[in-house]
Amino acid sequence: MAYDKFTKLTSSAVPLPIENVDTDQIIPARFLKATERKGFGDNLFRDWRYNNDETPKQDFVLNNPIYTGKILVGGKNFGSGSSREHAAWAIYDYGFRCVVSSFFADIFKGNAINVGILPVQVSEPFLEQIFLAIEADPKAELTVDLEAQTISIVATGATESFAINGYKKHNLLNGFDDIDYLQAMKEEIKAFASAKAY
Amino acid sequence: MSHQPTTLFDKVWDAHVIRKIEDGPDVFLIDRHFIHEVTSPVAFLGLETRGIDVLFPERTFATADHNTPTINQHLPVADPLSANQLKALETNSAKYGISHWGLGNPKNGIVHVVGPENGITQPGMTIVCGDSHTSTHGAFGAIAFGIGTSEVEMVLSSQCIMQPKPKKMRINVNGVLGKAVTPKDVTLFIIAQLTTAGATGYFVEYAGDVFENMSMEGRMTVCNMSIEMGARGGMIAPDETTFNYIKGKEKAPKGDAWDQALAYWKTLQTDAAAQFDKEYSFDAADIEPMITYGTNPGMGMGISKSIPKATDLEGGVATYAKSLKYMGFEESEPMIGKKVDYVFIGSCTNGRIEDFRAFASIIKGRKKADHVTAWIVPGSHIVEAQIREEGIYDILTEAGFQLRQPGCSACLAMNDDKIPAGKYAVSTSNRNFEGRQGPGSRTLLASPLVAAAAAVTGVVTDPRELL
Ligand code: SF4
Repeated sequence: MAYDKFTKLTSSAVPLPIENVDTDQIIPARFLKATERKGFGDNLFRDWRYNNDETPKQDFVLNNPIYTGKILVGGKNFGSGSSREHAAWAIYDYGFRCVVSSFFADIFKGNAINVGILPVQVSEPFLEQIFLAIEADPKAELTVDLEAQTISIVATGATESFAINGYKKHNLLNGFDDIDYLQAMKEEIKAFASAKAY
Repeated sequence: MSHQPTTLFDKVWDAHVIRKIEDGPDVFLIDRHFIHEVTSPVAFLGLETRGIDVLFPERTFATADHNTPTINQHLPVADPLSANQLKALETNSAKYGISHWGLGNPKNGIVHVVGPENGITQPGMTIVCGDSHTSTHGAFGAIAFGIGTSEVEMVLSSQCIMQPKPKKMRINVNGVLGKAVTPKDVTLFIIAQLTTAGATGYFVEYAGDVFENMSMEGRMTVCNMSIEMGARGGMIAPDETTFNYIKGKEKAPKGDAWDQALAYWKTLQTDAAAQFDKEYSFDAADIEPMITYGTNPGMGMGISKSIPKATDLEGGVATYAKSLKYMGFEESEPMIGKKVDYVFIGSCTNGRIEDFRAFASIIKGRKKADHVTAWIVPGSHIVEAQIREEGIYDILTEAGFQLRQPGCSACLAMNDDKIPAGKYAVSTSNRNFEGRQGPGSRTLLASPLVAAAAAVTGVVTDPRELL
């Protein structure tokens, strides 16, 4: 078992209505020097969060105590750019368990699931509704139900379903990961590999 | 057996699938795995925690590049964190029996440069690495893409990856490229057309005579940037150019094995009737030398044009304004004539010998602009040696440039090669994100020719005027 199970989550959310949030912003390269997976949350969105003199930037959402919660809501094309899994670690380590956007970059989406974060892709209008709900009430809660594959805005009851493949869903619900799966089919892999030219 | 027409991508992918999981990913075999010091330590730690071994150590290759200094490589690495990562790579490689080209090794260099130049990268292979620009290797007709650290651990422990099969896209570029239009301009042009998310979920095949006539170096530059339009990777069907490049390289097949490999490689073509989920076609004549003006690689334009107006965009106006503000640019301004503080030539996009030849073709007989700081960083020691052998080193020195030692350098600024806040850098690398080249740095992505023109004039200059 590689991480905590994900079943159902009801939480307020942190809004980040910016498009194309790339992984260099999520965690700048200079913080990738660790050889252990620890403490990345402190540097999540480092350069948006802190001035050069290390003082917090007041206008950045993570520095605004009104916004809290385990769900991060980002603009379209979230997680583009570098394949660094550190981006997903930083988000997880900070305390988020779910990221909502209308579109995710491929590698980020895979990395997120691999570390136990659920990426929820919603339609543009639904994303807009979520941002409006949070704007109206920073404490507005969202419910993400992995079993049912739905996300709802608690206050309005608006609900949308999201897609996730059955295999990944099973993994997240049970806290399994791909390595557990592959270890179980090692003999099959060896046989296949030795029959191939390379 | 059915004879349905298939694409190059299908042929390579399907040949590696071990198991198809219903409503889930395919489990497929990885032929070659590259690792480097930044994204591998935690993967090795994971193996240890789980108490499992590396399944096929001889199929993984380690090189140090992301975090290495580009001067005085013979001295101990000053940054203790970087030194620690380099040490971890060395120790882990030794412990598990993985070949390791560390700092100072004559084969050391950027992972996507050394793989091909040593013949490790071959047509028809599946290749992964914990770096998104692994797509570079697609230039050889391989399926190559970047992975995260959990997947590095996965490949070390099982030599497999689990991925759903991406959709297929073909991008055709036909015609003749104009003066000073390089492979980098072709790729920046394509990304500007498709946007940074335009190929998300797809694997791209590049086709058409522009790619057929391109050198291997040029093809690598194009495939390298596939990820910048969101694609998982990009590939080009192997041909005589590919075979000639590989032949005789250290890890290339020899003797009978070569003949066998060649016979197989020649089958790696998209069938005429094969279908793609999406297809684009562009005319080579429409491509100019390109430059980016914003904070993602899709924000590029012909160098003679003006920065687009927000009202001409389809959406994302707020993000656009934020981006221009970061860059210190205004809509509708021309880029020509903008002052440049730094020039970086290098990276796995443009750090190969042809790139330095191109750079030298412009600076020869000219002088570096006084106020410009230039970082000239070869992609590998082999490239560095070529630079010296071909006399490019002398051209550089005469023009007032200094050659550094190989590494990723200012491409991601993890070492000391950081562009200071607010400064403008014309860079031949692949990403112009906020702070990519150092906190507050402002990056203008371009070809080695555009970089050379900026380096000698000190401002953004159309290279066609200097050739
Ligand atoms: S040069 Fe840049 S993109 Fe290429 S491997 Fe190094 S960091 Fe990655």
